Amino acid sequence: MKKTIIEVNQLKKDFYVGEITVHALRGVNLEIKEGEFVAIMGTSGSGKSTMLNILGCLDKPTSGTYLLDGISMGELSKNELAALRNIKLGFVFQSYNLLSRTSALENVELPLFYNSKIKSKERRERAQAALEAVGLSDRMHHMPNQLSGGQQQRVAIARSLVNDPVVILADEATGNLDTRTSYEIMALLQDLNQKGKTIVFVTHEADIAKFTGRQVVFRDGHIIREELVINRNNAKELLKSLPIEDLV
Amino acid sequence: MLGIIIGVASVIVMLAIGQGSKKSIQDQMAGMGTNLIFAMPGSEQKGGVRMGNSDAQSMKLSDIDAIERDCPAISDVSPEVRSSGQAVVGNQNWPTTIYGVNNKYFNIRKYTLGTGRTFTNNEIETYAKVCLVGKTVVKNLFDKTDPIGQTVRFGNIPLLIIGILGEKGENGMGQDQDDLIMAPYTTVQKRILAITHIQSIAASAASESQNAAAIDQISKSLRNSHKLKDGAEDDFQVRSQSEMVQTFSSISDIMTALLGAISGISLLVGGIGIMNIMYVSVTERTREIGLRLSVGGRGSDILLQFLIESILLSVFGGVIGISLGIIATKVMATLMNWPVVITTFSVVMAFLVCSAIGIFFGWYPARKAASLNPIDALRYE
Repeated sequence: MKKTIIEVNQLKKDFYVGEITVHALRGVNLEIKEGEFVAIMGTSGSGKSTMLNILGCLDKPTSGTYLLDGISMGELSKNELAALRNIKLGFVFQSYNLLSRTSALENVELPLFYNSKIKSKERRERAQAALEAVGLSDRMHHMPNQLSGGQQQRVAIARSLVNDPVVILADEATGNLDTRTSYEIMALLQDLNQKGKTIVFVTHEADIAKFTGRQVVFRDGHIIREELVINRNNAKELLKSLPIEDLV
Repeated sequence: MLGIIIGVASVIVMLAIGQGSKKSIQDQMAGMGTNLIFAMPGSEQKGGVRMGNSDAQSMKLSDIDAIERDCPAISDVSPEVRSSGQAVVGNQNWPTTIYGVNNKYFNIRKYTLGTGRTFTNNEIETYAKVCLVGKTVVKNLFDKTDPIGQTVRFGNIPLLIIGILGEKGENGMGQDQDDLIMAPYTTVQKRILAITHIQSIAASAASESQNAAAIDQISKSLRNSHKLKDGAEDDFQVRSQSEMVQTFSSISDIMTALLGAISGISLLVGGIGIMNIMYVSVTERTREIGLRLSVGGRGSDILLQFLIESILLSVFGGVIGISLGIIATKVMATLMNWPVVITTFSVVMAFLVCSAIGIFFGWYPARKAASLNPIDALRYE
């Protein structure tokens, strides 16, 4: 029996926009176990981003409980949440969110910078290891604007890996990339998943979701479907079959 | 950083110009001698007929002795007799004024001796035909020869030049203070004007603070010497330079107010510039703050980072601004020949105010951003 990383019970989230109350989540139950690769799907406004923000401890639910690696986040303060994000979570964003005037290596070091237990030498070593894991060992001292979109997203993935989180949360991580680069990123994530990383991946693209292990589909604040992916695609193999038209 | 540099530099330049003008006005006033007191004959009555001021002959040399004896607040006193006329040397001539004075007069009027010597007591007692000349007179009467030892004729009296006065320049009202000849008062009285009275008395108070006392003592002494009864009108007027200085100091006060306004406005303008630049640059980094929050930075970590950044920025910018401001001031002083004064106060004030503004407006938007929900900060456009 694998360890439960994420356990969500009757989660509700309301937004107040002026007089109107928007029910973004209307009682969601979800359980994610260690080593899973879960795709959260849904159209815009379905509540999937709200769900990810709460899973990422970036936002608090209106009601319901959320256990992350056995810790209930409901009663934590802002600073305790920050510490929790620092140790337990890794984020990958659609728009990469790298610091522009900072090298790839320093970008990856950033999360460790806020962990006072880690000395600068260890910080550098771990950042180098994370960049190697995403295949960018030769780009460590490049600035983000010297890197392609796919490379920037790899740096972002390295950053999410560097603190050895219990779960990596990716928000439309392939949304800004072309098909080929998307597949490369998915191949990387599949690889990491195989090595035991738990990944939650928000997307609205069905073909991207095909690479994951389980799909959770949201609509109007409810989970309407939850199913294991049958005939899971292997990104590496698909890459080989892609025509190499964009290479001159 | 640019905002801070420009802000600090412009404030320093503005203050340097303002203070320079103020100082040059003050210097001119000090050059006149702030302790100077003049006593002149006033209107007098002769059998009910009131006479004009200028032809009164009420002041005598004995008044000087009395003042020296009676007035502890007076340090130096000198009689003054004047005559205008043509000074002639060889085939050159020049209209000027001859002043008959004693040796203390130089100190009273803040004249310095350029070259040569001043009068001896013996020369004063014997109506010696000697004189000192001012720079303007020298320029107009002598080509390149050394005037000392030569003779200048004033009226028809030949006077031996024994010294040249140091240059004094124009006074606050544009009069050339170097266009004069100084001779012993006895010489001017007896040989040139043929009078026994004196035209005015020049004195200096022992210190500026004793000005009022000195005026009072001179008045009492003169009333006593002139045997005026209680209730009778003064037959003289006592004027002090500090009274004139008061008039000037109202100008100086206006300058001070102007200066205050200039520095206030330049600080405000510099401050607003700094404020905007810091505010915009920090607000632009809201997404960065969001990212730092989401990877586990606490609000306090981020605030500290931005505080340190804005302090460094302000201090570095301030130092560069100070150097730039001083250089610009010096350049302006050389190119445009403006009087400029850079005071420590203006540098410190410009630096402190600009840094304080820079630090505050680096810190304040960062605080706002750090207190946001991480997702809101991340999505900030």
